[in-house]
Amino acid sequence: MRRSLQISRRQFVTGCGFFSGSMLLNSVVGSANLLQGNSDGTDWHRFEARWYEKSPYKKVKCKLCPRECVVDDLERGYCGVRENWDGIYYSLVYSRPCTYHIDPIEKKPLFHFLPGTEAFSIATVGCNVNCKFCQNWQISQIRPEQAQSFDLPPEKVANLAKSEKTPSIAYTYSEPVVFSEYMMDTAIAGNREGIKSVMISNGYIQEQPMRDLAEVLAAVKIDLKAFTEKYYKDVVVGELKPVLDTLVLLKKLDIWTEIVYLVVPTLNDGDREFRELANWAVQYLGKEVPIHFTRFHPQYKLQNLPPTPQKTLERARQIALAAGLHYIYIGNIPGHEGEHTYCPGCKKRLIRRRGFLVEENLIASGGCPFCGQKIPGVWA
Amino acid sequence: MNRREFLFRSIAAGAGFTFLHSMFSHKTKLSGKGSGSSVVQITDPFMRDGNDLDEKKLGKILDEGLSSLYNSASPGEVMRNLFSPEDVIGLKVNTLSGPRGSTHRELVGVIIDKLLAVGLPPGNIIIWDRSNDDLEGAGYRINMDNRKKVRCFGNDYAGYDKRLYLNGSIGSLLSRTVTDVCSAIINIPVLKDHGIVGVSLSMKNYFGAIHNPNKYHDNHGDPYIADLFELPIIRRKTRLIICDALDAQYEGGPPFKPQWNWPMNSLLMAFDGVALDRVGWEIIEKKRMENGFGSLESAGRKPQYILTAGQKNLGQSDLANIRWQKVEA
Repeated sequence: MRRSLQISRRQFVTGCGFFSGSMLLNSVVGSANLLQGNSDGTDWHRFEARWYEKSPYKKVKCKLCPRECVVDDLERGYCGVRENWDGIYYSLVYSRPCTYHIDPIEKKPLFHFLPGTEAFSIATVGCNVNCKFCQNWQISQIRPEQAQSFDLPPEKVANLAKSEKTPSIAYTYSEPVVFSEYMMDTAIAGNREGIKSVMISNGYIQEQPMRDLAEVLAAVKIDLKAFTEKYYKDVVVGELKPVLDTLVLLKKLDIWTEIVYLVVPTLNDGDREFRELANWAVQYLGKEVPIHFTRFHPQYKLQNLPPTPQKTLERARQIALAAGLHYIYIGNIPGHEGEHTYCPGCKKRLIRRRGFLVEENLIASGGCPFCGQKIPGVWA
Repeated sequence: MNRREFLFRSIAAGAGFTFLHSMFSHKTKLSGKGSGSSVVQITDPFMRDGNDLDEKKLGKILDEGLSSLYNSASPGEVMRNLFSPEDVIGLKVNTLSGPRGSTHRELVGVIIDKLLAVGLPPGNIIIWDRSNDDLEGAGYRINMDNRKKVRCFGNDYAGYDKRLYLNGSIGSLLSRTVTDVCSAIINIPVLKDHGIVGVSLSMKNYFGAIHNPNKYHDNHGDPYIADLFELPIIRRKTRLIICDALDAQYEGGPPFKPQWNWPMNSLLMAFDGVALDRVGWEIIEKKRMENGFGSLESAGRKPQYILTAGQKNLGQSDLANIRWQKVEA
């Protein structure tokens, strides 16, 4: 269940209007009331990026994501939120979320991470890919100056999460990789307050920044968009291999990770692809990694395809279970039996869900109360 | 009456429909291929007084260029045929590169003079680019609302149309300056090298009309730049292209780099953006060779998008089929 923030406007110092996430999606672009620069009238906020190299003639090379954008003076990287200013690379979105909300953690979705709790969820604009089906393109595919934003330094986010009694902060909606500095510092501030941080990401990130972030994150959800390079090239405008590398790295670093696979009719819904994905996951991530097969709805540039048939999702789930994976979920079909968590030992239902609502959670001390099987995840 | 005026009047009187055809066929010329795409390169090596541009001389080469482009019509007639006093005309400048690497204000000034002479109210002329900051950084004075004067503002003021314009590889929001405010556009790019897409000329200049240009530099801008240029609203509204080659740059762009910038003292003018870009590319290649640089292809950034635009029939990309008129004032 969603609940609104009980926060006064004054707690946000930007002076820009309050808007909820859903309102934001309709209003950030094309508004005649754009916020320009900082609320105090100074120029755009700049925060020096952490992962980049300087090059001759004031060029910089970004080392945050696998694109490794080489950016000239006064130009920006592919993400649109990092700018070279006189040979120094800056994040333009540090402390500048364009939206915040309190969501059920199940919405991310993270099913094995503090089920039934809420996450203080924030996003800045920007993304390092350009998925044709993006459901949040009005924030992910725009630039900072095209959106209203709040002035929320890391400590303020942590304080808000604490005052709202959310046990976690989620970096979500757009692509948190592009605001990694802000995410990292906010996670540190949150950890000081006993609030965990979760990254909801496409996993298109270089090893070093991922290692740095893993130091402060409690869980990660990775959108594995497909299991072919062709799909990543044509539909995502990215690459598969670095995402798989990230998943393997997270496993190695022992960060709780769940995977979402958005099943798009005709583009990534073949049995062979499901099987290869499942076999790869078993081999490199283990049988206990949860995978959510979720339903596509026509969005953005992919308006010509129908929503994913339920049977396709069920087929994907069966293939993955047959490959030996234990926790395979179906998403975006509320009420489906594939939303629940079952014990891989005794097969009994342990968590009953409907949409983002946890109706029953029987897991006790991280295990099945019926057979004692340990259920992987972060439960407290 | 000078020779040019006489010639024009003779043509108009003797075969009026010929020029009328020319008047109304500029859109045909924009789509160019096979119609003899013309690019006029007009140069005045003596247009500077010290470092300052002589605006009278600049106005003169603009007139001569227009006349050459329009086959001996008088420049005033050319402007009257291209624009009506009811038009709202957007002057799409390129101002990312600061005061020395952007579209010269002096050039924009003389273009405005020509438009005012046609009878356009000043408020119907809008100098625009991506942002107010960029415009101010290049020396332009922002005037968002005073319609008694020429207006000047960025997309950050105008906002973006909420419709998502889809074409091939691109999906973008267009500046409302393009979609709602202007009925016609004069595209005024700068002749310069570009470190990723090879050259930044007239087609690339429309990156300043969309909300997400950062998404379209992959693969050296190919086919993104051509796909953007193919949008009907852009093609329909672009009436004239005047490329600022007063100071041009053959390496290190798009930022201004004095060591690779040279005073070319020229304007390139065309209706066919693909042809103009192809000519501009050739000029940059030649200058690179003269200065010991390899070709753009050898530098790993051949502007293939220009050839793609030609293949898409957006204009003429084959130099052999471009009428490249070099005129010295």
